[in-house]
Amino acid sequence: MNATVLEVRDLRTHFGQAKAVDGVSFSVARGEVLGLVGESGSGKSVTGFSIIGLVDPPGTIVGGQIVFDGRDITRSSREEMRALRGRRMAMIFQDPMMTLNPVLRIDTQMIEAVQAHENVSRTDARARARDALGMVGIPSPDERLQAYPHQFSGGMRQRVVIAIALLHQPDFIIADEPTTALDVTIQAQILAEMQKLVAQNNTSLIWITHDLAVVSRLADRIAVMYAGRIVESGPVSDVLARPLHPYTAGLIDSVPSRNQRGERLRQIPGMAPSVARLPTGCAFAPRCPRADAVCAQAVPLFAAGPREHRCVHPLPELRV
Amino acid sequence: MISSTKVAANIQSSSPGSGGMAPLIELNEISHSFGTRPDLAARLAISLKFAKPAARVQAIDGVSLAVRRGEVLGLVGESGCGKSTLGRIVAGIVSPTRGSVSWRGKDMKALPPSERREAKLRVQMIFQNPYASLNPRRKAADIVGEAPRVHGLVGGDLGTFVDEQFRRAGLDPALKHRFPHQFSGGQRQRIGIARALAVQPEFLVCDEAVAALDVSIQAQILNLFMDLRERLNLTYLFISHDLGVVEHISDRVAIMYLGRIVEEAPSEEIFARANHPYTRALLAEVPRIETTKRGFAAIKGELPSPLSPPSGCHFHPRCPHAMPRCRTEAPRLKVVAAGHKSACHLNDAAV
Repeated sequence: MNATVLEVRDLRTHFGQAKAVDGVSFSVARGEVLGLVGESGSGKSVTGFSIIGLVDPPGTIVGGQIVFDGRDITRSSREEMRALRGRRMAMIFQDPMMTLNPVLRIDTQMIEAVQAHENVSRTDARARARDALGMVGIPSPDERLQAYPHQFSGGMRQRVVIAIALLHQPDFIIADEPTTALDVTIQAQILAEMQKLVAQNNTSLIWITHDLAVVSRLADRIAVMYAGRIVESGPVSDVLARPLHPYTAGLIDSVPSRNQRGERLRQIPGMAPSVARLPTGCAFAPRCPRADAVCAQAVPLFAAGPREHRCVHPLPELRV
Repeated sequence: MISSTKVAANIQSSSPGSGGMAPLIELNEISHSFGTRPDLAARLAISLKFAKPAARVQAIDGVSLAVRRGEVLGLVGESGCGKSTLGRIVAGIVSPTRGSVSWRGKDMKALPPSERREAKLRVQMIFQNPYASLNPRRKAADIVGEAPRVHGLVGGDLGTFVDEQFRRAGLDPALKHRFPHQFSGGQRQRIGIARALAVQPEFLVCDEAVAALDVSIQAQILNLFMDLRERLNLTYLFISHDLGVVEHISDRVAIMYLGRIVEEAPSEEIFARANHPYTRALLAEVPRIETTKRGFAAIKGELPSPLSPPSGCHFHPRCPHAMPRCRTEAPRLKVVAAGHKSACHLNDAAV
């Protein structure tokens, strides 16, 4: 781990009254895998969209900075962002059927993606596309290039999307739940492939997911989001073994395999608040067993070494 | 209110733990295929060899399975393996192409119509997608109250009855006049549960009932299922692709692959001593939080298409231990330990 590739400072992306992302800061080093974890509505996907410049109106970045490779790209023009996207940064989405154009063959789409950023011949672009398909483990890539998206299985389609993301060997990739819709055995294949590829190319990766089990095996660092804010971050094994924020602890405890078989699961009561009506203080306080009057005031960021959290009553005890 | 004699009969007939021997529902050699039935012209064309019969998907291929009273049977498999179709056959929504379903030891088809209707009411289903399984144009109270009203199960005031169903599923009765879109995903799943329980079932088929929910909400719903099981002596067929969830909630587990059950055993047994290579591959991917970074060791290959399943053992193209025999002969489920059945030729080779 060395140079910082991406730094997000106090990012605020609002959809009118709804503060989907409200003061998110983190950084990603070269070759690092960051697991961005949260439940639906926590703002993890909007964070990803904000970085890559794909927030649709009414959503707007109302504050903060996104610094990519030493350059502030927060106010970049559409053209500038288009030159970066696909070449230096890429995003992989949950549903590959939405990413791929259903009426174009895979080769057409991949050649277009190569030629969008580089002045190369069609033959060369096709060769690049074929190599990329081979790299993500698609058998007989030459024939498969001529197929349409619907002729692939879900897992293979997601591999195609990953191959497209890797075409220009970007500096970093944002992956938004790309394996959530896949079967377990296929998910494991894709994760294995992804892990190998980012390690080979020293690519930085932000893996957005709700699945702590996947993050625990894939990521170097974890950031846990709740109601538009990062409530805790740090090295993945540290955070999962000794969570400091009660929400992180609650999430970990909700995973069935962390509980005695047949016993009641340790659940978090209540449900996540609406991001349109967030309290000034800790948004988790109404569901939190440790909350008291202090939690109603704005919570500062507490940092100790690589560990950061936003809780005035962090969990002290050592957990196993 | 529900007539008290009926409730008393239910409670008498089953006590959790002690019962569990007599099967409540039994599937005998069930097969089911999907496809269009050829019309007259098509049949003529086929008989004159002008056309080939349309391909049929063999969703279920000779499955026998018994669910004992009071137990939770977990049914695990990946997409397209037929687990949902099997669930629908158990719930009586789909009639199997071949084979029979027995309710309390009696063939459903042989029951007189009134008893069959009664038996069908005793089995209810909870679906995966709480957004699609509730009618968006009806209020929550109507969704929950309709079936018991139609079947004449409500003695007193329907409003009070619905309130009680709401409370039992952990919902605030004050919300009963809202429409489904005004609830969160977890609340909607609770409405689905309240609807299923409103007709006093003994058996619940849960088809990926927690798959669409967030982790913290999933834990709440799983706890609700376990509470209800104790309070109402329910029996469950719990269908899921998530082995972590199944391990937690099930007493017994059956693993399906491409229309067949490949392994069946008590939970502790299957998670400690999985026999079938497919089960072992699945278990390697149980979602667990690791404290040390660990790589992914995936089994190779894609799920084959159910339109043209592989010959012999369906798993052989992906199996690391496949032998020539696996390509030609489909293994039968055989007992490998007490209560533990597996369909793999390796077990013969070992003996």
